[in-house]
Amino acid sequence: MSYGSPSIGPSSPPVIELRALCRQYPATPPVLALRDVDLTVRRGDHLAVVGPSGSGKSTLLAVLGLLDRPTSGSYALDGVETAGLGDGERTALRGQRIGFVFQAFHLLPHRSARENVELAEIHGGGAGRRGRSRRALAALEQVGLAHRSDFLPSRLSGGERQRVAVARALMGAPALLLCDEPTGNLDSANTEALLDLFDDLRDQGVTLLIITHDDAVSRRAMRRVRIADGVLTEERGAEVGA
Amino acid sequence: MSPPATRLRVKRYDPRDLLTEALVGILTRPLRAALTTLGTVLGITTLVITLGVAATAADQITTRFDAMTATTVSVSAPPPHPGSTDLPLLDWDGPDQVRPLAGVTAAAALAEAPVGHDLPVRASAVADPTLAGASIPVVAATAGLPAAVRGTVTAGRFFDAGMVARHDRVAVLGDQAAALLGIGDLSQAPAVFIAGQPFTVIGILGGISGEQFLAATVILPPTTAHDRFAFGTPGRVLITTALGAAGQVAAQAPTALAPGRSTELTVVAPPSLERARKGVAGDTNALFLVLGLVSLVVGAVGIANVTLVTVVERTGEIGLRRALGAARRHIAYQFLLESTGVGLVGGVIGASLGVIGVVSVSAAHRWTPVLDARLALAAPVAGALVGLAAGVYPALRAARREPVEALRSGL
Ligand SMILES: Nc1ncnc2c1ncn2[C@@H]1O[C@H](COP(=O)(O)OP(=O)(O)O)[C@@H](O)[C@H]1O
Ligand SMILES: [Mg+2]
Repeated sequence: MSYGSPSIGPSSPPVIELRALCRQYPATPPVLALRDVDLTVRRGDHLAVVGPSGSGKSTLLAVLGLLDRPTSGSYALDGVETAGLGDGERTALRGQRIGFVFQAFHLLPHRSARENVELAEIHGGGAGRRGRSRRALAALEQVGLAHRSDFLPSRLSGGERQRVAVARALMGAPALLLCDEPTGNLDSANTEALLDLFDDLRDQGVTLLIITHDDAVSRRAMRRVRIADGVLTEERGAEVGA
Repeated sequence: MSPPATRLRVKRYDPRDLLTEALVGILTRPLRAALTTLGTVLGITTLVITLGVAATAADQITTRFDAMTATTVSVSAPPPHPGSTDLPLLDWDGPDQVRPLAGVTAAAALAEAPVGHDLPVRASAVADPTLAGASIPVVAATAGLPAAVRGTVTAGRFFDAGMVARHDRVAVLGDQAAALLGIGDLSQAPAVFIAGQPFTVIGILGGISGEQFLAATVILPPTTAHDRFAFGTPGRVLITTALGAAGQVAAQAPTALAPGRSTELTVVAPPSLERARKGVAGDTNALFLVLGLVSLVVGAVGIANVTLVTVVERTGEIGLRRALGAARRHIAYQFLLESTGVGLVGGVIGASLGVIGVVSVSAAHRWTPVLDARLALAAPVAGALVGLAAGVYPALRAARREPVEALRSGL
């Protein structure tokens, strides 16, 4: 696996730019789930966020995915500052620029693999109905599942289900792929296959942010960010845990 | 490199996609959908049956009403005060006095047996103990009675003016009286004995629709009844009119019968035709409508309830769709359309069952079913509206869910 891709570097435009971002949950006492987070993710980056349970990983993913609003700080996604956006604009931005992959796959149980992938275009992206099924097949091809396009999720293995979810996330070529514990429900063989797929995607220029607490997963990322008690620190080779 | 911010508009939910998603949403839970429609099916069925049967029954009632009651006028005199020296208000020539009035088609005068006269009626001179309990009243009537009560002489003939004038000892039996007395065949000129006196039965009067009680009486010519049993002047004059003439005849008859004393007579005339029809139809429809609407509300509550459960169950799906870029209103539209679809299916099934019900009920009563095409078409629409109304609250609940919460709940 190549760790240094020529497309990365200070020159490529940032996809994610967080400045002094905080997220506080109202409780007594208030829970500060993210504290002054600064993070820049550039186009083509492959970033792993690691940290123990309850450290704020899911909170970070929700904020990055525009599913939740930060309490303070700024977040620019693909060059668009999100702080002042309304609900509709955030939804549109989410639909057009972000693909999600969840630990629990989140496939609709009564729809075929292809229909599940098509769902991404029904709600988000810019494309119309014409050619949708062809594009869905292409996305399934990209994850190596074209031959399973008519299968219901119940007839797919865990690894295959997660690849369908990845194919769905890839529809409409999002600027960012956000994955929350994508291997959490997979055995080691399926995990390996999925990580190989992620490497392929990175080579194709997809920007990946993967939340995980699995070392095998984070080791294959280009960059590793550790989060503990809402505080984010980047690990760089030997300087880990500075 | 950053794309223009003008493109930040939520994607339109293509109506065809919306329809597909809603349809699949319903069909993936077929049993639940079927059970959910049940309430609406029951409501719409009830509504269609009640409205349909009400319309059919009202039509039936008004038809009968038109044919019979609307053309009958009855004028009666109060019983004379004992010891009163006034002349009787009505006399046996009363029918001749009203017959010239415009719109009168038939008239007859009728007297019942004088008070205090016990007139036992038997089929033979010998007292038959088995018939002891059967009391058959004796009445006196003018020759025009069959026409005035719209009866038909089913055997023999009615007495004519000549027989009345000759004081003939003849009698006509109402059909029920004939059955009670066991008289059917008139070829041997059978006799009835009234207080022991024989009278020849010359006819049987059936199919009486105006004054039903006459079917169980023995009818004598007034002259004969006066001679034998001291019958007095008639108590009533029965008039049959042309359709629509009853009101006018009712106003004029008392004056024709008793000039100068017309106010002492009691006139029974049908209410105005339109009022009667509206009254009957209105009463029944109002009651049935309330019943049907109550059933519909029950159906709506059923749909709302199940849709709410579905919304909670599909929290994960809602979160997923929101994550994929669905706006709140897309979620709302989809659940609204699903509940509307369930209501529509319920309405279609209910309308079909209702129509079958109306036809069956009508067939059982030998009525002509009155089926308003608008009702059959409005029923599915009503079902859809019920579903739409029932879906509003659950749809808003679904749309209001935060995508984060929704996603956390799994799928
Ligand atoms: N809705 C909430 N209200 C209050 N506290 C919350 C809420 N969601 C998460 N938290 C708290 O915020 C912290 C970070 O949570 P989370 O981001 O889910 O962590 P992780 O995904 O790393 O396990 C935890 O302490 C958690 O208890
Ligand atoms: Mg988590």
